[in-house]
Amino acid sequence: MSNYETVFILNPVLSETQIEETVKKFEDFLKKNGAKMVAKEDWGLKKLAYPIQNKKSGFYHLFEFTGPGEVITPYEQEFKRDERIMRFLTVKLDKHAVEWAEKRRTKLKAKA
Amino acid sequence: MATLQQQAKGKKDGEIRYLTPLNIETTKQKKYCRFKKSGIKYIDYKDPDFLMKLVNEQGKILPRRLTGTSLKYQRKVAQAIKRSRHLALMPYVGDLLK
Repeated sequence: MSNYETVFILNPVLSETQIEETVKKFEDFLKKNGAKMVAKEDWGLKKLAYPIQNKKSGFYHLFEFTGPGEVITPYEQEFKRDERIMRFLTVKLDKHAVEWAEKRRTKLKAKA
Repeated sequence: MATLQQQAKGKKDGEIRYLTPLNIETTKQKKYCRFKKSGIKYIDYKDPDFLMKLVNEQGKILPRRLTGTSLKYQRKVAQAIKRSRHLALMPYVGDLLK
């Protein structure tokens, strides 16, 4: 079991329900395959630093989860197949990263 | 025109020599690694505002020789900036970013 983190960018033309649906789909996929969600973040509509698929903005979402390494390949494949996803990045978190993620979460919570 | 005596000494005309050393700062301030100094262990790719300090106006990663970052952390900085670029949090190329 390792810690992972995924950031993905959703197409800005999607409606709110479509976004929720997509996010839920990936969350369910993880849960079904033995991964456990640690944190979920919605960064909202953000401007991109450069255009992707001729779009200048996108909905950013972040997942943090722990799970077996075997989930990652089918999980990323699912991202590739979904056309609502413009970009995604999954990284493995080392011990310093996990520490930082926790700190970041408490900081965000304090702000909210 | 240099006089014969000056030529003999090997000095050119108009060369300025000071009796007392000039008051110019010559000792350079030592560079240091900001990550080591402040105890940062993980460089977050999700924080483009911070990473912007480590690139030049065109969005290129600044070399160690300018920032003073230690090799260990320079590798992490490079990794973080590249991840950040992939997610369109930072530009691959830019103009007048600062």
